[in-house]
Formats: sequence, C-alpha cells, structure tokens
Amino acid sequence: MATDTHGGEQHSPLAQFEIKELVPIEIAGNNISFSNSALMMVITIALIILLMMVGTRKRAMIPGRWQSLAELCYEFVANLIRDTVGNEGRKYFPFIFSLFMFILIGNMLGMVPYSFTFTSHIAVTFAMAMVVFVGVTILGFAKHGIKFFTFFVPPGVPVWMWPLMIPIEIISYLSRPVSLAMRLFANMLAGHTLLKVFAGFVPMLGAAGVLPLAFVGALTGLELLIAFLQAYVFAILTCLYINDALHLH
Amino acid sequence: MTERKPPKSPDDLDKRLSRFRNERDIATGRVRKSESTNNGLGFAMRIGVELVAALVIGVGFGLFLDDWLGTKPWFMLAFFLLGAAAGMFNIYRVVRNQGGAVGYRQNDSPGSEMSETDRDGE
Repeated sequence: MATDTHGGEQHSPLAQFEIKELVPIEIAGNNISFSNSALMMVITIALIILLMMVGTRKRAMIPGRWQSLAELCYEFVANLIRDTVGNEGRKYFPFIFSLFMFILIGNMLGMVPYSFTFTSHIAVTFAMAMVVFVGVTILGFAKHGIKFFTFFVPPGVPVWMWPLMIPIEIISYLSRPVSLAMRLFANMLAGHTLLKVFAGFVPMLGAAGVLPLAFVGALTGLELLIAFLQAYVFAILTCLYINDALHLH
Repeated sequence: MTERKPPKSPDDLDKRLSRFRNERDIATGRVRKSESTNNGLGFAMRIGVELVAALVIGVGFGLFLDDWLGTKPWFMLAFFLLGAAAGMFNIYRVVRNQGGAVGYRQNDSPGSEMSETDRDGE
C-alpha cells in the first residue's frame, strides 16, 4: 500500500480491514485459521446469546432493562416481518432475527475503537446474501414447483416482448445477492475508511486539528446510524424476497 | 341487485378475512400503513447499489458466455445493455415501493385505491 511507506503500521486507512490469523489452522491444504474476523463473529454471537439469555431469564410482567432490550429487538423484527410478509412470514422469524441481530451487533462492535468490522468484508456479506438467495429460491420452488418460473414472466407484457423481458427479469433476480452483499460491504468499508482518513488529519493539522476531530465526532454518529440502517435494510430485503417467493406475482 | 354473490371458494373467504383483519389492524394502529413512510433513509440507501449490481451480473454473464462460445465482445455488449435495463427496472421497482420484486406486481396493500387507477394509466 502506497500510504504505508511513510506512515507507521497503523496509519493506512485500510489497515483496519486486515485479516490477521490468530490461531493458524490448516486442514488438507485449506487455510481455515481462526482470524480476527472469526473472533469478532464469535464475540457477536456470544453477545446476542447473552442478551437473550439475560433478557428472558426473569420473564417478568413488568420488564426490567435487559428484558426491555430483548423485547425491543424481538418486537422490531416481528413488526418488520408482519409489515412486509404478513402472517405467513412468522415461520421465518428465527432466520430473519438471527440475520438482523448478527449484522446489527457486528456493525456496532465494529464501531468500538481497535475492534474489527467483519461486515466490511465482501466474503462475509456475500456468504450471507447467498444463503438468503439460495434459501429464497428453494422456498419458491418448494412452494410453487415449476410454476416458480412464471416469476420471470412479467404479467401484462405482450408475448413478443418476452424474449427481451425474460433475460432482464433473470438478470434482475440474479442481481439480488450481489446488491444485498455489496450494499452492506460498501457502506461499512466506506464509512470506516472515511472515519480513519479524517482521524488521520487530526494529528497532521496540529491546533487546527480540532476541526477534523469535530467532524470525526459527527461522522461517528452517522456511522452508528448507518450500522443500524444497514442491518435493517438487509433484514427488510430478506423479508421482501421471502414475500416474493411465497406469493410470486 | 342487492343480493350478495356467495363466496366462490374457501380461498376467496380466506382472502376476504385476511383483508378484513388487515384493515382492522390498520384502523387500530397496530400496523403502520406503509413501510416507506418511516424509513426514507433506508429506502435511499438501496437505490444506488441496485443499478450497479444488475450491471455487474449482466456484464459478468456476458463475459462468461463470450468465453464459452468464443464470440468475443458480442454477448458482453448485449448483456451490458440488458443489465443496464434490469438495473433501471430495479430502481423503478424500489421507487414504486415494490421492494425487490421481479415483475410488475401492483401495490396490493389494502386500502390503497391508487393501484387500481395506476393500472388504467398504463
């Protein structure tokens, strides 16, 4: 990296995305080392489990702080599914909830200084997007069988337009996992890089560094919003895709 | 003239029941009527990427076909245009609040008479 030559080890704005192998493991020539990314995922899952365990331990009529938090998360996702899919969507609650909480807590943990944002890696986001995509496609086939292909024929389009419209619809369908993965990845990558770049200006400008410092403060707030928003968008799009698979047109 | 038509099938009854329940939920404020009203920013976040994603898939598929059939630039060019069209349609759908839907499904949320008039306009 060009910026690495004059700076120290941590001065490149992209150094924060570096994967470090913490416990090198190699099985049959495949590198499956336990990296800092994997560590953050484990911490994320542990935090979610902790929140839910502590939150549901008392099951009080009048919820305490932890229970309120857990109920807030539950109701948020439940309402999301209700609004987009309806009552048939209830079955898919565990999936959407896991996805939403995993991305949300992952994004939020990424905002902690010196931590690592695993959602800023396209390998992670694309894997999640592919799980959604393949799952929704299987769901569509299981629900509608061969009729699922009518999904690619837009209703109300004359037959002579079909050779043009069907490829467009198929591309549109295939672009779903790409857009899903790219949105989350690009937002997290861009946001964290921007934060780091502006933070780099602070020591460079000396006394005038107060200005970029204030800007970094404001940006941190924005990043927190985006961290939540991206988790929300990922969850709501998954809901919409499930809705499409259930109802086709 | 005043007599009601009997429901055609149990499906029809289910549909009417669920429509009734939905209307009641909206009336009692248990369901926010439109998801697009409260997440304008989330909505804006989605638009840009949709276009690029469709283009990437289109060009990628075109390049794959070219590589496979040995017709160097042609499939790539054709699928570039198709991908661009698909991206435009994606954006159109997001703006029309149809989510990531493929096709031209009408906005069938209960209580929106707009969808009926829209169809006539097309």
